[in-house]
Amino acid sequence: MLTYISIFITAIFVNNIILSQFLGICPFLGVSKKIDSALGMGAAVTFVMLLATIVTYLMQAYILTPFGLGYMQTIAFILVIAALVQMLEIILKKVSPSLYQALGVFLPLITTNCAILGVAILVIQKDYSLIESVAYAVSTAIGFTLALTIFAGIREQLSLSNIPKTMQGIPIALITAGLLAMAFMGFSGVKIC
Amino acid sequence: MNKLKIILNGIITENPTFVLLLGMCPTLGTTSSAINGMSMGLATMFVLMCSNVVISLIKDFIPDKVRIPSFVVIIAAFVTVLQLCMQAYLPDLYKSLGLFIPLIVVNCIILGRAEAFASKNNPFDSLLDGVGIGLGFTLALTLLGGVRELLGTGKLFNHTIYPEEFGALAFILAPGAFIALGFLIAIVNYFKNR
Repeated sequence: MLTYISIFITAIFVNNIILSQFLGICPFLGVSKKIDSALGMGAAVTFVMLLATIVTYLMQAYILTPFGLGYMQTIAFILVIAALVQMLEIILKKVSPSLYQALGVFLPLITTNCAILGVAILVIQKDYSLIESVAYAVSTAIGFTLALTIFAGIREQLSLSNIPKTMQGIPIALITAGLLAMAFMGFSGVKIC
Repeated sequence: MNKLKIILNGIITENPTFVLLLGMCPTLGTTSSAINGMSMGLATMFVLMCSNVVISLIKDFIPDKVRIPSFVVIIAAFVTVLQLCMQAYLPDLYKSLGLFIPLIVVNCIILGRAEAFASKNNPFDSLLDGVGIGLGFTLALTLLGGVRELLGTGKLFNHTIYPEEFGALAFILAPGAFIALGFLIAIVNYFKNR
C-alpha cells in the first residue's frame, strides 16, 4: 500500500510532470487561458493517459518483449496512442455526445502531447507492474490537471493586469510558470519510504 | 539566392523556439547546459532533415487521408535509428538526454514542417528547410543552455567563467528553465517590436 501512496504523492507533487519533468508543455501554454478549458483538458488527458498506459503496457509485456521487438517501442507506442485517441473520439461521439462536447476539442491535441507517450515509456523504464503503472498514470494525470488549473487561474488574473508590452503573452506566462515550479520545488524534500 | 533564403527563414524569420514557439518540451527539458542543448538540437535536426527528404520524396504516393499517420511512422522510424545509434556510440549523452530522445517523435516542429513544407516542395528544398529549421532550433537551445549554465554554475561549455559559488543553482533546475526562456523571448519580442 505504501508503494502506491508513494507513487501517488511523488507523481503529483515531487516530480510534477509539467513543472519538474517538462512534459506536456504545449497544452500547458496553449490551453491555460481559462480555468474551464484547463479542467476539460485535464479530464481528457487523464482519460487518455490511463487507457494509453494500460494498452501500451500490455503491448510491451505480451508482444514486444516476448518476440524481441523492443526496438520497435517508439513506433508501436505512438501508433497505438494515435489509434486509441481516434477510436475514443469516434466512440465518445456515438455513446456520450455530452461528454464528447466537453472533451471533444481537446482529443486531437492529445496525440502530440508528449506527456502521454512520455508516461507510457517511463512506466516501462521504471519496471512497474501493471497496477503500479495504472497508479502512476492516474496520479501523473492528476498532477498535470493540478498544475494546469493553478496556472490557468493565475493567467486569468494576469490578463487583467498591466504588463509591459514586450512581456505580454508567452514571456510573462513562462516566468509565472517558473515561479510556480519554484513553489513546487518545496515538495522535493518530501519522501515516503 | 532563393536557397539561402529557405535556410535563413528557418534560423531567423520562423525560428521554431523564439518565433513559432514550437517544441517547448525538449527546449525546457534538455537545456541544463549548453552542450546538452546543442546535442538535443542536432539530434532533432538529424530527424528533421531525414524525415523532410523522405516525406517530400513520397508525398505523391500517400493518399491524403492517411497523410498524418504515415508522416508519424516515418518520423518514428528515424527517431528509432537515432536512438539505436546514440545508444551504441554516445551512451553517456543518451543517458543525459534520456526520455527526450524517443519524445522527438511528438515534437511538433517535425510534424509541422512535414505538413507545412515537405509535403509541398521538392526534396532538395525540403532538405534545406530541415537544415534551416534544425539550425534555428539548435542555436536557440544552445543559447538557452548557455545562459542557464552560465547563470547556474558560472561555466560555459564546461569552461569556468566565474567561480561556481556565485551561481544561482535555480537556473540549472526546473524554475530557471521557464524564467530564462521567458526573458529570452521577451528580448526577442523587444527587437521585433522596435
